[in-house]
Amino acid sequence: MAMTVTINGKKTSVDADPETPLLWVLRDELKLTGTKFGCGAALCGACTVHLDGEAVRSCQIQARDCDGREVTTIEGLSGDVAKAVQNAWLKLDVVQCGYCQPGQIMSAVGLLNQIPKPTDDDINKAMDGNVCRCATYHRIRAAIHEAANSA
Amino acid sequence: MRWLRSFPNFLPVVAALAIGGAGFLLQPSAHISPQSAPVQVAAAHAAAPSGDLFAPVAAVLRHPRCMNCHPRDDRPRQGDDRHPHLQNVVRGEDNLGFVNARCTACHRDENNNFSGVPGAPNWHLAPLSMGWNGLGDADLCTTLKDESKNGGKDIAALVEHMEKDALVLWGWAPGGDRTPVTPPHPEFITQLKAWADAGAPCPTAAK
Amino acid sequence: MTQPLTKIFAMPPVKMPDASRRSFLKISGGVGAGLILGLAAPVANLGGAAVAKGAELAPNPFLKISPDNVVTVIIKHLDKGQGAATGLATLVAEELDASHEQIKTEFAPADPVKYKNSAFGVQGVGGSTGLSNSYEQYRSAGAAARAMIVAAAARSWGVKAAEITVKGGVVSHASGKSATLGELAEKAAAEAVPDKPVLKDAKDFVYIGKKFARVDSPSKVNGTATYTFDHQFDGMLVATIARPPMFGAKVASFDASDAEKIKGVVKVLQVPQGIAVLAETTWAALQAQRALKVTWDESAAEKRGSDELVAEYKALLDKPGAVAKETGKLDEAFKSAAKVIEADFEFPYLAHAPMEPMDCVIQFDGSKADIWTGSQLQTVDHGTACATLGLKPESVNLHTVWAGGSFGRRAIADAHYVKEACDIAKSYGKAVPIKVIWTREDDIKGGWYRPIYVHRIKAGLDAQGNVVAWLHRIVGQSIAAGTPFEAVMVKDGVDGTSVEGANNLPYAIPNMRVDLHTTKGGVPVLWWRSVGSTHTAQSTEHMIDILAKEAGKDPVEFRLALLKDKPRHVGALKLAVEKSGWGSPLPEGMYRGVAVHESFASYVANVVEVSLNDDGTPKVHRVVCTIDCGVAVNPDVVAAQMEGGIGYGLGAALKGAITLKGGTVEQGNFDGYDVLRMSEMPKVEVYIVPSTEAPTGVGEPGTPVVGPAVANALLWGTGVRTTVLPMNKQKYKVQS
Repeated sequence: MAMTVTINGKKTSVDADPETPLLWVLRDELKLTGTKFGCGAALCGACTVHLDGEAVRSCQIQARDCDGREVTTIEGLSGDVAKAVQNAWLKLDVVQCGYCQPGQIMSAVGLLNQIPKPTDDDINKAMDGNVCRCATYHRIRAAIHEAANSA
Repeated sequence: MRWLRSFPNFLPVVAALAIGGAGFLLQPSAHISPQSAPVQVAAAHAAAPSGDLFAPVAAVLRHPRCMNCHPRDDRPRQGDDRHPHLQNVVRGEDNLGFVNARCTACHRDENNNFSGVPGAPNWHLAPLSMGWNGLGDADLCTTLKDESKNGGKDIAALVEHMEKDALVLWGWAPGGDRTPVTPPHPEFITQLKAWADAGAPCPTAAK
Repeated sequence: MTQPLTKIFAMPPVKMPDASRRSFLKISGGVGAGLILGLAAPVANLGGAAVAKGAELAPNPFLKISPDNVVTVIIKHLDKGQGAATGLATLVAEELDASHEQIKTEFAPADPVKYKNSAFGVQGVGGSTGLSNSYEQYRSAGAAARAMIVAAAARSWGVKAAEITVKGGVVSHASGKSATLGELAEKAAAEAVPDKPVLKDAKDFVYIGKKFARVDSPSKVNGTATYTFDHQFDGMLVATIARPPMFGAKVASFDASDAEKIKGVVKVLQVPQGIAVLAETTWAALQAQRALKVTWDESAAEKRGSDELVAEYKALLDKPGAVAKETGKLDEAFKSAAKVIEADFEFPYLAHAPMEPMDCVIQFDGSKADIWTGSQLQTVDHGTACATLGLKPESVNLHTVWAGGSFGRRAIADAHYVKEACDIAKSYGKAVPIKVIWTREDDIKGGWYRPIYVHRIKAGLDAQGNVVAWLHRIVGQSIAAGTPFEAVMVKDGVDGTSVEGANNLPYAIPNMRVDLHTTKGGVPVLWWRSVGSTHTAQSTEHMIDILAKEAGKDPVEFRLALLKDKPRHVGALKLAVEKSGWGSPLPEGMYRGVAVHESFASYVANVVEVSLNDDGTPKVHRVVCTIDCGVAVNPDVVAAQMEGGIGYGLGAALKGAITLKGGTVEQGNFDGYDVLRMSEMPKVEVYIVPSTEAPTGVGEPGTPVVGPAVANALLWGTGVRTTVLPMNKQKYKVQS
């Protein structure tokens, strides 16, 4: 199935079986490997990308869901909110193994785009789907507040 | 918003039908919150014997496939043990999930048979006013019928919702290792219509 | 003091494997302990050089300085998130007086001579030794380069070396002359490499003891960090393996017809690990793995379930085991005790579940091979690859890459995630790159768990509430048995990893016995972040509070009275008590608990504040964590490791369990194997005990202390003892 998807701002022709998860279209076809595989079942959030601006699990979004839509991955993050989030991540040295962090950052940006000053409870609700086995949660929370205050 | 567009429109309120029966038209409209005790319905309001027609309907409504998305709080449930949805998933302002943890971030228009993530059109939580969890038959029945809570559905619209809504129908074909609702859907519809045709009587609170 | 053998990963010998032999591990297994183990003392092994090009300065294997002013630090250990790259870079930058901005890092090739862990004798990391074994080595490496740079500057400027200063990567002299490290690199390369470079005095440190920003943060924040899973090569195939559904099951027969119909599937192969699918895309490989129809021969498989194992283990609690420690006269002490208290504890299997599932990339053309993976024990992985592929060591390049977590999972005696890639490549026989991936289900169901353990602790109190007798019996599988590690880790029938944290109980109890029943089973087991302390800290520290409560004493005072000769335990404990406000009033329904435990030569205390959720499960709000790890080279990384270790340990304590039924693992992904998430992460405050002692481990010691601290808070708050892990196995309720 041929389709056109705007990926990181660029109109991109994608030829994939309609049921192929977006995750593998991104990683295998487009070589955008910043989006990670962690569980394949929407249980860990490592594959989080934005579909038309909303955080989604790319392991559950199928290629056919993407025709004519906009996909943003960690490689294509831009704008003040994204910059504030990534800077906060750097300032607080949030990462450890780092494997989940693209997904965490996509979720954090998605949260701050809609709730510019999230409470701890907002963070608990918006970020609980993103597993970090290094348990950097403490710093992720702090970095989201940091980004909110700096933006 | 894109995501709101897909939200099911509640069927327009149609003129109240003369669906008979004495008591059930006079339902208390106590606000149901997760904390509040089940609504007390005066026994005098009940139409006793025909109320049994609601029992098979109640049994279906209480099935985990139905009840899991009709909580009386902000947490959808999962599984036959009805545990709170993992990942701290909550209903959000529009019953479609919280910011960033939208239902559609994972649940799409159909089951994902590879990953096991269930899906159906308009995957969402029933509004809080349609929370059923923990209600006895009488309260369940009155809540179901209360147009101020059920999105303005009269009995006919309720029947149609349970007969045709794709998300409701998913309960009978949930896929994976999920337990389908019983009895089979046609049988349930027969039971539902029998109840509706009898004037949708509600059982007594004491039952 | 030399580290106990049980605290380090014993390793195969430095001697490289003879590829003509069938099994590298067999070779290493036969070598005595003395040859295998290096000393824990720091070794400034600066022999050889990094691979230098042209005008680079590469005075030793650990760094090179190029004319473009980049200082590349060669990282001999895997960085799986613990900060090895940052830590080793800090040491070089400190002594070289380089700027943070000019530092780059590169993982070292497999080389057990140049890049051995000085605590093991071969290349690899574990036992929280990453920084401690490198502390003097990497500092010396930086100091040597600095001395050569200074000598070169002195020579070319005609000034005295002693008058030259280096600061932030700039070499300068009072005369106004100045140059960057890069500008002097080529000239410095001609200078003699100092034998014993002079190291800085601690008071002159500019980086050590302060925050040195993580070198991997930028690439991990923008998505460019490359993990094994991210490797992409032209013509690369992705491989999945249909693995046995029970441990010990073997392929009886298989039908690949459906799998082969999937678009993109290139080949289906039988390998020792199961049935492998090679495909052009990951998606095809994943689908085909499911589409394979395999009939398994389960005749030799482990068929017991967790409940049966626990029941069998419990039956052993009444019988004496192999003695791990014995002091005083225990029987007499129990007879004369005023009060005897006994508690049994159960611990489940735990999966490591690192975010990046196991994976390995290989390109093998029949005569040489390149392998890319997050290799934690390079010498083992490299040697296994050589043996499997039938190649000499110099024909196999093992490229260590960033790993998305390990927690022990990637330090594996049989190197199976490397071996299976070699088996597939060899069997396929075509010189194309192959990436072998595990699904999350493969990972969760795949074994190598923290073993099930059952403990009994029986203790006697005298009339004054002093502990006079302590019997600690442990039952469980050995991690080391059947591996090359057995020769050094198992002594007199006691696997040190089964009893560590119990046989070195810090409390002064006059009559003690710790003994062990080592059970056999078909479920493969492995070290899991903090190893023996994952269970011994829980049982011992909870028992101490049970006793304190029985004796009617404050648990802090109770501990301090028993820790008379343990100043570092006391230091960590007192700091935690002070910072947490121990004894101050808490809101209704909030309970406080404490625990202190030493592992990997670091001393950690936690004070936690806990309440109960509506469903009777614990909710941890705050953790005050103190650590004495000697010199904290990078306090921010130390804090990060404590925060993360607490989260990792807390997730397991609250809800971590792998269970088997009829030999089949019941969990498969993060739904069944639930892990700690954001909403469950407590506020963590970390305080480092000031110290001038040599640095000790921080990767693991933060993990095992939070569990008992939470159990202790619940004990005092509700009266309920926590004897079965995870804690969600019971509903806590205040006892009336």
